[in-house]
Amino acid sequence: MAVTELGWTGVPLAMFAGAIRVSTPFLFVSLGECLTEKSGRVNLGLEGTLVFGAMSAYAIAYLTGSPWLGVLVAGIAGSCFGAIHGFISKLPKVNDVALGIALMMFGTGSAFFLGKSFIQPQAPHLPSIDFGFWTSIPQLKVALQINPLFFVGLAIAIAMSWMFRTTRIGLIVRMTGDSSATALAMGYSVDRVRLLATTVGGFLAGVGGSFLSLYYPGAWNEGLSSGQGLMAVALVIFARWSPMMCFWAALLFGAAGAIGPALQSIGISQGYHFFNAAPYILTLVIMIVSISPKRSLRGAPGELSITR
Amino acid sequence: MSDLPISRRRLLQTASAAGVLGASSLGLINPARAAGLTIGLIYVGPRDDYGWNQAHAVAAKALKLVPGVKVVEEENVPETVAVTKTMESMIELDGAGLIFATSFGYYSPYMVDAAKKYPKVQFRHAAPLWSSKDPTNAGSYFGYLDQAHYIDGVAAGLSTKSNKLGFVAAKPISSVLSNINSFLLGARKVNPKATVQVIFTGDWSLPVREAEATNALIDAGADVITCHVDSPKVVIQTAESRGAKTCGHNASQAPLAPKGFITGAEYKWETIYKNYADTLAKGGTLPNMMAGGYDLDFVQNTPYGAGATPEAIKAADAAKAEIKAKKAYYVGELKDNKGNVVIPAGTSYAPYAPWIDSINFLVEGVQGSTT
Repeated sequence: MAVTELGWTGVPLAMFAGAIRVSTPFLFVSLGECLTEKSGRVNLGLEGTLVFGAMSAYAIAYLTGSPWLGVLVAGIAGSCFGAIHGFISKLPKVNDVALGIALMMFGTGSAFFLGKSFIQPQAPHLPSIDFGFWTSIPQLKVALQINPLFFVGLAIAIAMSWMFRTTRIGLIVRMTGDSSATALAMGYSVDRVRLLATTVGGFLAGVGGSFLSLYYPGAWNEGLSSGQGLMAVALVIFARWSPMMCFWAALLFGAAGAIGPALQSIGISQGYHFFNAAPYILTLVIMIVSISPKRSLRGAPGELSITR
Repeated sequence: MSDLPISRRRLLQTASAAGVLGASSLGLINPARAAGLTIGLIYVGPRDDYGWNQAHAVAAKALKLVPGVKVVEEENVPETVAVTKTMESMIELDGAGLIFATSFGYYSPYMVDAAKKYPKVQFRHAAPLWSSKDPTNAGSYFGYLDQAHYIDGVAAGLSTKSNKLGFVAAKPISSVLSNINSFLLGARKVNPKATVQVIFTGDWSLPVREAEATNALIDAGADVITCHVDSPKVVIQTAESRGAKTCGHNASQAPLAPKGFITGAEYKWETIYKNYADTLAKGGTLPNMMAGGYDLDFVQNTPYGAGATPEAIKAADAAKAEIKAKKAYYVGELKDNKGNVVIPAGTSYAPYAPWIDSINFLVEGVQGSTT
């Protein structure tokens, strides 16, 4: 392996590579949550959905030998979790935030329980597309091996923002999220719209989980998510409920996560705890800068139980 | 109710007595434990994690083959009062006479309290924490894995082309630091140009960051990767997929890296476990403290993989013989990576020197910082 020393230029490259490698689960979960919240519900259970998706994708890929089938099953499992949330939330006097926390524990717990026997076996990985054929720098070559799910996520982000802006379905979702009374007056079933939005949101989160176990880091174990699902939910607020902003925010979080290891690899090792905390510090800073007591958050759906 | 021929209290008394009799005749309660030895093993995580827990589970499997020994196991027991309940159930229901608590946080107060409560049961814990103030039916056992990491280093030093080795570590505590140092000293023994770059992830199990750290090390030019994290699976797999060679940790990761695996530092708990079972079978008393390395067969190296060069195998085998003869490899003059002399010229520390347990620095040649 002919390795060239990159020195300082290695850091931006590592951040770029990290952004693409690490961002995909953030992207899928935050898009799922964006859709759910646009319809007026908060589903905090997506962390559990992510973990369960990761486990089920790994198990199915291992048992059938087909990683793509694993992705599909993870999505279906995720939509089941979404549907449970959507269905229970419409019962009277149910708090969707509390229910989400319960589902988060249910999802992670059942994934740990069912996933016990899949920690050791090796499942086939998802393939990646090689965009680095033109370069001879090995670091760049590896950074440009990109998983198709990343592009699927980008396409969904674009499609979703187009949907919200110009289509009838998008308008209905936004309307149920902003004012359920209006949606009712227009003759739409608020509960059904929210049930569907939460189900689709769960599907996306499940697919995000499959990326974790089948591509990067590419193994199933119980510490796999380490809170990424929760961070992605926070990321939606940070992205102001805009799908395209979710995409950029996910990239930013991925890049921030790569800073710590990248700096240590070029010898900046003092205070690595601080660099490892970069994504969390970033969230705090952006929240503080963008918050104002005088107005509610821009773009926040009016029916959301956290902003109401 | 009053027309019943016997009172309710009487009925309950009879029923419970019958229950106890029934249970004991069925073998559910076993007051006579002399027939054989039941050993309880408690794991903090899953038994097949390619890491710490698997190393113990492999030993448990070997223990099951010992005649007269019954092994009961429980996985995923958190380091909380949950472990007390597990120990009690193993003692009361399974009749365990010897408990192996394999995770660091089980010791105090849980295992110490249980040892006070059940003075006839033996308790042993897998970290050197026992002191003479603790109950005498409790104790510690430990393997000096740094000796096996030293062998890893020797093999890695002759298997690298870039002379740059990478180490993904969890936390800068002394057992981790001495593994990193031993790895470098082993590599330097055979390859004076070798350096080790270390990346600390900050915790024992962070798969995404471990994968990022592995990628960052390889991007920075390292072509051999090893690690000290709970489950090395992600690190070894990522390195293998990047075409780098690997050295393992805790248990055998050889199946994960068919192309690049060199060797790995492994515990061999079965030596200790079998020794305990043997001593108890002969009616002897267990030592309170049992620690050792290569010479006592408490640690071992994974059989060489495809990544090890012939010279590396030869040098590593020679180094194994030296370690078994307790030859010192912490030899002065040795500096830390900030330039301070940590071992003056003329001094050396042989394996088991207490000095090794107090290591809080990285030696010269390791790129990285403990803070």
